[in-house]
Amino acid sequence: MSAVDRTSLDRRTVLKAGVLTVGFALGGIQTEVLAQASGAPRMLDPKEVDAFLTVNGDGTVTLFTGKVDLGQGLRIAMRQIAAEELGIGIDKINYVEGDTSLTPDQGRTSGSAGIARGGMQIRQAAATARKALIELAAKRLDARAQDLFAENGLVRPKGGGAGLAFAELVNGERFGLKLDPKAPLKDPSTYTLVGKPLPRPDVVHKCTGSGGYMFMHDFSVPGMLHARVIRPLAVGARLVSVDEALIAQFAGTQVVRIKDFLAVVAQNEWTAVKAARAIRAQWTAGSGLPDQGRLPQTLRTDPGTTEERLVNKGTPTENPPSNAKVLNATYYWPMQSHASLGPSCAVADVNADGATVWTASQGTHGNRATYARFLGLSPEKVRLIYLEGAGCYGMNGHEDAAAEAAILSRAVGRPVRVQWSREEEHGWDPKGPPQLIDITAAVAPDGRIVQWRTDLWLPQTTKGMPNIPLLAPEAAGLDQVRGINAGLISQNGDPPYAADNVAVVVHWLKSTPLRPAPLRSPGKPANCFAVESFVDELAAAAGIDAVEFRLRGLTDPRGIEVIKRAAALMNWQTRPSPRNDASASVARGRGFAYVHYKHNETYVAMGIEAAVERESGRIKVERVVCAHDCGQIINPDGVRAQVEGSTLQTLSRVLMEEVEFDRARVLSVDWASYPILRFSDVPELTIELIDRPAEPPLGAGEAACTTVGAALANAVFDATGARLRSVPFTPERVKAALNARSG
Amino acid sequence: MATYDLHLNGVARTVDSSDPDKPLLYVLRGLGLTATKFGCGLGQCGACTVLVEGSALRSCQLTIADARGKRVTTLEGLGTASSPHPIQAAFIKEQVPQCGYCTSGMIMTTAALLAEKPKPTEPEIRAALDGNLCRCGTHVRVVRAVLAASGQGG
Repeated sequence: MSAVDRTSLDRRTVLKAGVLTVGFALGGIQTEVLAQASGAPRMLDPKEVDAFLTVNGDGTVTLFTGKVDLGQGLRIAMRQIAAEELGIGIDKINYVEGDTSLTPDQGRTSGSAGIARGGMQIRQAAATARKALIELAAKRLDARAQDLFAENGLVRPKGGGAGLAFAELVNGERFGLKLDPKAPLKDPSTYTLVGKPLPRPDVVHKCTGSGGYMFMHDFSVPGMLHARVIRPLAVGARLVSVDEALIAQFAGTQVVRIKDFLAVVAQNEWTAVKAARAIRAQWTAGSGLPDQGRLPQTLRTDPGTTEERLVNKGTPTENPPSNAKVLNATYYWPMQSHASLGPSCAVADVNADGATVWTASQGTHGNRATYARFLGLSPEKVRLIYLEGAGCYGMNGHEDAAAEAAILSRAVGRPVRVQWSREEEHGWDPKGPPQLIDITAAVAPDGRIVQWRTDLWLPQTTKGMPNIPLLAPEAAGLDQVRGINAGLISQNGDPPYAADNVAVVVHWLKSTPLRPAPLRSPGKPANCFAVESFVDELAAAAGIDAVEFRLRGLTDPRGIEVIKRAAALMNWQTRPSPRNDASASVARGRGFAYVHYKHNETYVAMGIEAAVERESGRIKVERVVCAHDCGQIINPDGVRAQVEGSTLQTLSRVLMEEVEFDRARVLSVDWASYPILRFSDVPELTIELIDRPAEPPLGAGEAACTTVGAALANAVFDATGARLRSVPFTPERVKAALNARSG
Repeated sequence: MATYDLHLNGVARTVDSSDPDKPLLYVLRGLGLTATKFGCGLGQCGACTVLVEGSALRSCQLTIADARGKRVTTLEGLGTASSPHPIQAAFIKEQVPQCGYCTSGMIMTTAALLAEKPKPTEPEIRAALDGNLCRCGTHVRVVRAVLAASGQGG
């Protein structure tokens, strides 16, 4: 066993063996301060049990995970998984997350895979450890392993009698075992922790402000300076000249210029803010942006696209039968911002020993080589330590801020904190890319889809991208891997229902107007908006009820169940759409949508009831119901919170959000120009979670994002007969759709 | 360097500032009261809300000179982890926060609301909190927590 010291729970920094370690308290459950007293590096290989679990002499176990808690509740869920499988009380689990020197690389915390993949590694590590502990006890007790069991941190005879504590069994040694895929897992029917709505350890601190350095934004190290970066006036602009004359009034403030990267570094934060306002810089005109109003056409006619056929089933090009109705439509989803409530922030200390970066990044391990590359250090000299920031939902500016802090710390020879402004966060976070989607399909009178073709225009992620190219290395002329990374955005472009002939063709774009990045459920809210809206169009054309239409095309019992449950929650009345009560000044309707996420993950069915004010074009979403099956549920309250958040955040995106830009730069740079959902816009939510303890757990952070757009568009169609095919559903768009319908 | 007297979380404090226009937000955070968050600096999001003489105000829009001699309460001044204020206790019980960046501002706005109106209706709660933004989508839990804190929980 490597030595692990637990020290006081107040945040403090410890310098031992040349490694700066920082700890902080989280809730009643302790988070470790780790001082590597022996100087020996921790085992970090994610194939090894020791990378995940350490049995401490005091009877606690420390769980090390490369997956990070972004507010989605992994800190409790991962503990539930580990404690359950190991056989120890949950209050005995210490927790370390997202530290490249201490935790195994489990990949970026993304894709709604924290539990589904990261959690299952931990389960297997714990199961392997439990098996080893029982075998050790069998030797000591001269008993058969099958006659022993682990509970409350002890291995005990099933027939009664004294047990041996885990700490006594391991006696300071490492496990030295690979994760054993055959190590027996506990029978879910015996679970006492998994499946329970245990409270999250961070919540009490978030609600009281106690506990010290909980947020990235609140973290500091001794001697730290405060920086603000000066952004160009246009995307792609080069720095021509800097007038520092007005900086002199701020004592101790430095200007750092590295090629096109410009920043001020001051003794305190408010001085940095004022100095950043005072500096005068001349920039070139920039690389130019396309006409926002014509962006869909620009995507469609981009001469540089390459085609890829993602789905090809049957013969989609054949002429449809004569009794089939053929429909086609175009859908559009605009660029959107992550719009984090807290602008990005990071602290870095780059000195002769190497670089330590405190970051809210979702991928500390994955960023290590990137930061090493632009800093000109070997990766072993770079340590990234996760601290929770404001919710980022993909990738906001956190990783840019961290790169800026590192570059500035190296430049000034002191630890540096970078804090972005609101204007920077809205203006310069990498954006969810625009998506253009064409669908054509033929539907038989009985509702069978006989042909379907989807065409997607999407940016193509460059192969082998370690992360998203960062602003500061680009501006400073430092080395980094170039390309684009928008996540896996082409999934769910085909309908989840029986269809004879299906093609999905993606037209890969080489670029987008603004730097793209994954934004929660990358690509799928748009793809599913198009597919499930179009399914509704087919159902209406066939004169078949929307729920009935979907059920006719499904054989997957889990899909059928979520649809039936959501319909029951809505008290769904079987009838075709639209209802189109033309006499009412406020028209009411209901809409439905379904997804089998990525065709192999979580099942979601969602119904929305909405009112449309014909005069103003305003949509009032009155009720959302959701039936959700993500397999085995680890923590039902955590899943429920994720479904609530997915629903409301996507409702905001669907109703309100579009990045506005002119030919030079982003114009929607605050909450007035980029509004999001407010309390007065929030509907009643009814969520039904289906727990399947015997099934593998699937993700809960994204799937419910995908059904919101179509369920709402379908509700508006039901209410008015008008079809919304472009997001956001602004009152102007609604009025235009209503006018098109009446005209 | 001018000095400013504040009644901060029930304690008389004297704060130095060479700049009378320094926002109260930076003063508070500089004193280690970091529960109050920088969200926009524009008075648009509510993350920096504190109580000044009992009113919920945006600390990014108030200067240290504005706050001179005033009673200022931050999240830390309401209660503690071991002895939370009833509003904090309700937010904890409902497990309101996800990322939690907006939570302090939500609780402070609620404190002002309940001081003025001990039993607000749900529409009154929504109206009072309409200027507090949440990106994670915790709104329904916030409303439930405020109802519970005002003794109207289900």
